[in-house]
Amino acid sequence: MKHKKDGKVGFITTTFNSMLGWGRKFSLYQYPFITACCGMEYMSAACAHYDLDRFGMGWTRFTPRQADMLLVVGTISHKEAPVLRTVYDQMTEPKWVVAFGACAVSGGIYDNYAVVQGIDRIIPVDVYIPGCPPRPETIINALIKLQEKIQKEGHEWRFQKKKS
Amino acid sequence: MAISKEKILEDLKQKFSDNILDMTAQFGDDIIHIKKEALQDIVNFLKEDPYAFTMLLDLTCVDYQGEEERFEMVYHLFSLSLNLRLRFKARLKQNDCKIVSLTPIFKNANWLEREVYDMFGVHFEGHPYLRRLFMYDGFEGHPLRKDYPLRKQQPKIDLR
Amino acid sequence: MKYRIQQEAREGTMLINMGPSHPAMHGTTRVMLELDGEKIINCELEMGYLHRGFEKICENKTFFNMLIYTDRMNYVSPLINNTGYVMTLEKMLGIEAPERAQYIRVILNEFSRVCDHLTALAAMCMECGAFTVFLYMMKAREYIWDLMEQTTGARMTTSFIRVGGVRSDFPSDWKKTTRIAIDETRKVLKDCHGLMSKNKIFLNRTRDVAIVTSELAINYGWTGPCLRSTGVNYDVRKAFPYLVYDQLEFEIPLGERGDNFDRYMVRMQEMEQSLRMVEQCMAKIPKPSSSSESVTKGLEPAEAIKASRTKKPEERIKLSPNLEGTEKEKYPGILSGKKCIVPPKEDTYTNIEGLISHFKLFMRGHGIRPPKGEAYFAVEGGSGELGFYIISDGTDKPYRLHLRAPCFHIVAALEEIVRGNYLADIIPTFGSMNMIGGELDR
Repeated sequence: MKHKKDGKVGFITTTFNSMLGWGRKFSLYQYPFITACCGMEYMSAACAHYDLDRFGMGWTRFTPRQADMLLVVGTISHKEAPVLRTVYDQMTEPKWVVAFGACAVSGGIYDNYAVVQGIDRIIPVDVYIPGCPPRPETIINALIKLQEKIQKEGHEWRFQKKKS
Repeated sequence: MAISKEKILEDLKQKFSDNILDMTAQFGDDIIHIKKEALQDIVNFLKEDPYAFTMLLDLTCVDYQGEEERFEMVYHLFSLSLNLRLRFKARLKQNDCKIVSLTPIFKNANWLEREVYDMFGVHFEGHPYLRRLFMYDGFEGHPLRKDYPLRKQQPKIDLR
Repeated sequence: MKYRIQQEAREGTMLINMGPSHPAMHGTTRVMLELDGEKIINCELEMGYLHRGFEKICENKTFFNMLIYTDRMNYVSPLINNTGYVMTLEKMLGIEAPERAQYIRVILNEFSRVCDHLTALAAMCMECGAFTVFLYMMKAREYIWDLMEQTTGARMTTSFIRVGGVRSDFPSDWKKTTRIAIDETRKVLKDCHGLMSKNKIFLNRTRDVAIVTSELAINYGWTGPCLRSTGVNYDVRKAFPYLVYDQLEFEIPLGERGDNFDRYMVRMQEMEQSLRMVEQCMAKIPKPSSSSESVTKGLEPAEAIKASRTKKPEERIKLSPNLEGTEKEKYPGILSGKKCIVPPKEDTYTNIEGLISHFKLFMRGHGIRPPKGEAYFAVEGGSGELGFYIISDGTDKPYRLHLRAPCFHIVAALEEIVRGNYLADIIPTFGSMNMIGGELDR
């Protein structure tokens, strides 16, 4: 950091943990697992009008191995469930999951034989976004909440021996 | 507009007098009840000129639980040149729910029949690849039958 | 059970899997391919990844409650789905919406069609690498959704079109918003024409790729823009005119070759026709039944309810048009029909007749009860003939409801038409078919 008065290089103090969190929260690579209606609102949110890129989470990766954040957008049926779990397992740590829309949160209005009643029965979830479908403002709000969570989280960066 | 609707219905009545059970109309739609054996002949007959019912609009099934002839197949045919839709119905018995497949005549019948097989368990004779379409292997029962409970789930993987 | 493609596999070929979590498969379809080098020699589709049990759940809901499920069938153009379902019921009940409501329906339907085509083409172009076009088209969609939101209160899943009419009237400044939406969409269409229609890369991937003849298309039951791209002139709006389409002037764009590019071009030109129709409707729409522009005059609702306990209220009651329903004075213009419309909120809360008719509509076993029988009615959806087949047994729940999904028939042909093409051709072909998961798998 340059100093205001004389332009010399100054310094800031922080903990390594919060710096890591700061770095991670603004470089969220996302994997949108789009299945249903909410995908339309996701497209709106990601495009120029609402522009998720302003918040450092616009970079979409279509392979789970390069992504940090899994957005489960839409209904997950029992046929789709093994696919979702495979995708989640393929992501590298650290990873976060967002349940996007009522169907992903709880099954929504589809309380029947074909639909999984909430994706938290398959994979762990960090942030739930309500709405059928959620408005883009809600999406942005939820993702900022996720960023706050990442900032506060304890990141494991020290070398740790494997527990045998 | 070469042929009127009345003429077509009359032709059908003459040609397939034994196989047509009833002809009714409701809300402006014509319904023709047929015997299931004659389905392929009737469709073949109507597909040729001058009727030209060349499009299979829709194919579905209805479950009348409790009746002896439990399943009712519903076919919607459409003629582009006459601009006319016709509905055919054939009843199937519960212990003999088989009907001839329309796949040699209409190509989209392939998927439509697979859907009906998946949802109702009706077998189609002559279908090249009768396999579940919406549900997965290992799913027991047929969800759109009236005796299948709405909320009976059969998960593919263990849920938490 | 082994898949067909496994049973038929030849020696020396490669079997690969595409989807369901492939970006070009829209998350809900799985394509299995048998490849010889880059050439596809066999293909099998597996779907059902978004099967949500629409038809089963409808048998357990009342006719009124089912409306929200139709929103989520073709989720890119929910208002057309609403219209199809509602008009099937109207056919059974024998009622007709007032003229102004019909115009409102046409305007919203045509805007939904534009949205549908915009989304389909945006996805298709993006998958071919043209990300700019995707961003532009989404921008145009936002302007249209502004109007939708202003009118219906929701961006996508609106449930706006009701049996007997529409839920509420247009807001007072709707013509301004509509004008902006039309102008912005026209601008975007012009830009996209410039970017794509003569783009060599795009042409290479779409021209003469996946050609479908008209015979094959008819045999597969194709309807809508995909059928018209093969040169067959069939449009439900012209063949079986519903609403006020017979009073509007519009053309049906036709293709010649039936390849990917024609499917793209037909959609592009159809959007222009839709905008033209909206403009005609704006000029022709009848005046609202009440001229009261503002809702600021009158009693506060709470006061009115209090007063109604002792005497019959005569003053006007203030209502927010964005909450349930609209003012009583506007009802004659937008809703009609006995025993199947929700009474005005003023009546429900302040007099006994309104309260009883409200109860009659929502009580179990009452509500909308079409006569015993069955009906099929089709409207022109975003990707073809969208038909509803309803069987009623006289109760307030449908005995059986079947949806004729247009893209079900279109996607069924994919297996055949990609055979002999290259692997990369699947993506524009699949994109030009406009597969919508909710409608395909129901």
